[in-house]
Amino acid sequence: MKTQPTKLTEAAVTPEAVYLNRRQYLKASALGLGAAAFSGASQAADDGQLSDPAPLWMKTQLNESTASPFSTNEALTPYEYVTGYNNFYEFGTDKSDPEKYGQGFEPHPWSVMVSGAAEKTGTFDLEDVLKGLSVEERIYRLRCVEAWSMVIPWLGVPLSSILARYRPLSRAKYVVFETVYRPEQMPGQRAFFNAIDYPYVEVLRIDEAMHPLTLMAVGVYGRSLPNQNGAPLRLVVPWKYGFKSIKSIQKISFVEQRPKTTWERANPREYGFFANVNPKVSHPRWSQAEERRLPGSLFSANRIPTKMFNGYANEVASLYQGLDLSVYY
Amino acid sequence: MRYFLASKGFWLVLGAPLYYVLYQIGQVLWVRPGALGPDPAQALVTLLGEIALWMLILVLSVTPLRKVFQLLRLHGQRRAMGIACFGYALLHWLAYAALLLEWQWATLGDDLLKRPYISAGFLAGLILLAMAATSNDWSTRRLSRRWRQLHRWGYLAAALVILHVFWIARSNFFEIVIYALIVAGLLVVRWPWFIQKIKMIKDV
Ligand code: HEM
Repeated sequence: MKTQPTKLTEAAVTPEAVYLNRRQYLKASALGLGAAAFSGASQAADDGQLSDPAPLWMKTQLNESTASPFSTNEALTPYEYVTGYNNFYEFGTDKSDPEKYGQGFEPHPWSVMVSGAAEKTGTFDLEDVLKGLSVEERIYRLRCVEAWSMVIPWLGVPLSSILARYRPLSRAKYVVFETVYRPEQMPGQRAFFNAIDYPYVEVLRIDEAMHPLTLMAVGVYGRSLPNQNGAPLRLVVPWKYGFKSIKSIQKISFVEQRPKTTWERANPREYGFFANVNPKVSHPRWSQAEERRLPGSLFSANRIPTKMFNGYANEVASLYQGLDLSVYY
Repeated sequence: MRYFLASKGFWLVLGAPLYYVLYQIGQVLWVRPGALGPDPAQALVTLLGEIALWMLILVLSVTPLRKVFQLLRLHGQRRAMGIACFGYALLHWLAYAALLLEWQWATLGDDLLKRPYISAGFLAGLILLAMAATSNDWSTRRLSRRWRQLHRWGYLAAALVILHVFWIARSNFFEIVIYALIVAGLLVVRWPWFIQKIKMIKDV
């Protein structure tokens, strides 16, 4: 503890700045970098880049988050990349587009429409969707279908605790999620030559949705979700490829028969319904046996072997017993 | 200007993308590790691929430009352009093999056989290699008619590259449609029929 941040003003001490400072400091001292990395974090706080636009109720709820035993202790992917290198085609197809073109998106006020085979359906304010649920910090691996991965400190609540509020009926076999459709705020939804249809749709089997690992995230790195990460509400299903973790969710419905997901419709050969991380089933265009854990450096892409179910096999393998995963990929 | 287009100084133009790439690499190594994002190897592969494609478009446009606009000066640079195009394609492949795959020969072979987009890129690369290797006075004289036949394969290389990029695209097909239109356009204007038409219009 030999360096102190020099320019941290009171206003800059947001939850995420504190988070970053603590993390950066720990990492920096581990690397023997100390001051340099440290001043980077306080600089970002000074620039006010990290001020959290979320409403007060949400900030309060995020502030009271608790650690989760499901967290990994692998090195975190830096904030800069978690929020600057995204696949969120609603804001553009380049990885840097979501950060650039997501700024005009307005995630508040937000409501969620719940429909289908449940006792309680209707449109609910986000505040009510989350009220009384305790937010957990979960550090999960995220494995993209494009063979790269990150480690991300999410804040969220187990999806099951949200779904239980609406009391799904026993005939509900699948849960369908839909991203908001706002072409005026989402330039990607207005683009020509799109191979995918909007709004984006994802589906989980009900047992997958109720699994304790399945998270409904509302924040990341100690703050509410930035727009490019799927504000204000997104799914995180850590044992599946990233595209299953649908962002900016506005509709949830309980159904008996599942509709096709967006990527299944676009290209069923390349993107299966289950999309479980599986090193043995390669994507038609590349192998999934390994992944590049980001950030990589120029001369070391940081390739590591991909694990079955992204390393969550102990928790989730039983969901797929008897299923031929090379057919149901 | 006209003189410059025909001079050795033209290499400065053909080399410009390389200086840019080297500048980016320097940034990553010494100034800002995040200059190319968190996946710099992938970023570099894509960047070099795009440069190679632009070079290919440039070479392919020399003859049409000459026929349509009588831009003769550039014609003398065809050889340099072709070699530059091959050079960038080679760097693209090297970046892929060395940085992205870290010389895992098994994966390299696997990709080549099982991933159609890699096979297409590789075939295009072989054609570019054959063309670059014969881009010297000796080969031109030695092969004479066969040389012209060989260098017509450039069209096939262009088509293969378009296929290569088309198979990579996941959702946004806008760019690839533009590239395909440019390449198709460049091939069409070489058609004798088309050149006749242009001549007729000019003569009127
Ligand atoms: C020699 C064999 C080749 C191999 C192994 C190869 C491999 C690759 C790889 C791995 C990528 C990145 C794919 C991704 O984004 O996931 C790529 C992209 C690209 N390649 Fe190649 N390539 C080859 C030849 C060529 C040639 C000859 C050209 C052009 C003259 C070319 C043009 C491109 C372009 C423009 C891209 C970028 C596509 C995009 O993402 O927009 N490639 N190539």
